[in-house]
Amino acid sequence: MTKRAILQLDTLTCPSCMTKIQSAVSKHPGTEKVQVRFNASKIKIDFNERQTTADQLVEVVSKLGYTVKSVKIKTEA
Amino acid sequence: MKFQAYMQHHQNQYTALSAILIAAAYLSQFGLHYQQGYTAAMIAASILAAIPIMRRAYQALRVGVISIELLVSIAVIGAFLIGEYNESAIVTFLFLFGSYLEQRTLAKTRDAIKTLTELTPATAELLHSDGTTETVDLDDVEKGDHVLVKTGATVPVDGTIINGAGYLNEAVITGESVPVTKQTGDTVFTGSQVHNGTLTIEAAKVGDDTTFGKIIELVEDAQDAKSKTESFIDRFAQYYTPAVLIIALIVYLTTQNFSTAITVLVLGCPGALVIGAPVANVAGIGNGAKRGILLKGGAVMDDFSKIDTFMFDKTGTLTMGNTAVTQVKTYTSNSNMALSLLAGAEKLSDHPLGKAVIAYVADKGLAYQNLTVTDNNTIKGQGLVADISGHHVLVGNQALLTANHIALTPAQKFDLAEIQNDGNSVIIETVDDQLALIVGVADVVRPEVKTALQALHGHGAKHLVMLTGDNQATANSVAAQIGIDEVRAELLPEQKVAVIKAAQAAGRRVAFVGDGINDSPAIATADIGIAMGSGTDVAIETSDVVLMQSSFQALVHAFALAKKTVRVTKENIALAIGVVIFLLVGLILGVIYMASGMFVHETSILIVILNAMRLIRFGKLPMTQPKQSATPVENHP
Repeated sequence: MTKRAILQLDTLTCPSCMTKIQSAVSKHPGTEKVQVRFNASKIKIDFNERQTTADQLVEVVSKLGYTVKSVKIKTEA
Repeated sequence: MKFQAYMQHHQNQYTALSAILIAAAYLSQFGLHYQQGYTAAMIAASILAAIPIMRRAYQALRVGVISIELLVSIAVIGAFLIGEYNESAIVTFLFLFGSYLEQRTLAKTRDAIKTLTELTPATAELLHSDGTTETVDLDDVEKGDHVLVKTGATVPVDGTIINGAGYLNEAVITGESVPVTKQTGDTVFTGSQVHNGTLTIEAAKVGDDTTFGKIIELVEDAQDAKSKTESFIDRFAQYYTPAVLIIALIVYLTTQNFSTAITVLVLGCPGALVIGAPVANVAGIGNGAKRGILLKGGAVMDDFSKIDTFMFDKTGTLTMGNTAVTQVKTYTSNSNMALSLLAGAEKLSDHPLGKAVIAYVADKGLAYQNLTVTDNNTIKGQGLVADISGHHVLVGNQALLTANHIALTPAQKFDLAEIQNDGNSVIIETVDDQLALIVGVADVVRPEVKTALQALHGHGAKHLVMLTGDNQATANSVAAQIGIDEVRAELLPEQKVAVIKAAQAAGRRVAFVGDGINDSPAIATADIGIAMGSGTDVAIETSDVVLMQSSFQALVHAFALAKKTVRVTKENIALAIGVVIFLLVGLILGVIYMASGMFVHETSILIVILNAMRLIRFGKLPMTQPKQSATPVENHP
């Protein structure tokens, strides 16, 4: 089942961060749709629950060097 | 991972230390004439400042992205290899210091969202069934929970009042800053402020699902929704950075000049070009959001700025949307009695004009409820005849008078024609076969429309058109009052769409302004669909621009803002390209080197951000958001 994770990061400043996050998260198995909101410093990820978890996604982003401030999970309607 | 976070947060310390070391180096050289000290300090400064840059370059490279940091890293290593320690130190320092300033200034352009999100409280007062309350994190409030909101607090959920009453300011949702009374059974929205009273609210929607949550999400999405120019620049930048790497290699291979090659790497950073367009849109959209104007992204800004034709729905947009008595001509000595009888008669019918009359009479404080009606007869297409409180009353149109053999004098006929020509529907009343009143009822034009339409002309709109389902006479009279260029009356909704399509086919760029609910097809068809006066889901989804408030000043502001934003974007792009050309020429002439190149580059980035920041304060329209915290908290050391 698809769920949506919304990750709030510390303020993003370089536009190249976007590309970096976008491609790294998209490459992670189980992610379906990744939207990086540069100005809001948020990432919205639609992911398949059976293939990955929100914790793993947070780890991917943290490994890139970004602090994840909070995570919200929503069940997609 | 801890190390990463540490680095992230201490980048500013690195920058400051590197600055101190560079200063020490110059002191050592010019003050103490101690060359070794100079070199040592420069080396230390280079290494220190290069660490965070290289780390970021590596992280990007790991996911296959060639970043600006990579270009700078290679250039710095190159400078180091050929012993240009001062160049490497200054370049890395400028790069870090520049990104620090970028961060600070960018935060300002994004302020609007922050102010918006700060309007929602972080906690809620949860009311348990046993009557005790508990302060909980807003995220823990669920649908169906009961929350308590007191005077001065902000409503944390969308829901229904189940107990209590109070005055609420709903500016964030409706754009209307006049407090409204709400009581048990009424709906309240997240973000509303309670001016007075204590309410118990049953949560119907929480968090992102609330209307306010959706507005925030819309603004967030809008600020990242790119215009065509931006998408082009993004694609361009994607290939540009690797291309710079290749060009530097070619320069080295052909000229065998290593220092020129690494200078190319520094000069090639696409900074100002990449940031110039988005930063203008972010500031522009933020300006609108603070004033209850939601513009859905850079592409909307672009299209909106090019609009030359505005088409307006009449009822509810140009006019208030509810009929009211506009004129009363009296031909009897007892006008109060005539009005009471009129309302008494209208109470018998359910004619829409009658409601306006009853409201008018009730507003005057005249009694009409307890009149005794002994006989009444409705005559279709004419009006009605009734015996009320011993008087024989006729209420209707001219046909009713003719049928009852009552003739109007020439002066009375003149009055009647005058009221009709003003776009009113007319109600004539006779009492005991004598003419008593002629009442004009019309939809009231919004008072500010006329000046607003002139302002739209002033901002470059060439053609203003009214589209309405109403009859030609009423439409013409409204048009004459507000100074519109063209009137298209008696249109069905699908005909409105056809009119818009025809104008588009004739090469016009059309914006349609409607109330966002029954005008959805027209809003969707127009190049820019503008929903006025509703923060409803439908309006938010179908339109390009949402005006939370039914205000034409907001429309004028939005149009001017779009034009200004696009102009700032163009200025920024021109500046960025100019800088690239300047640096290129400087490089060829041999007057620009790594450090000076980086300085020009970082300065140009700051100039485009500062230029965009002018948009934050653009316009005279007052902000609708109540200001809560005086200064936003900066979360960076």
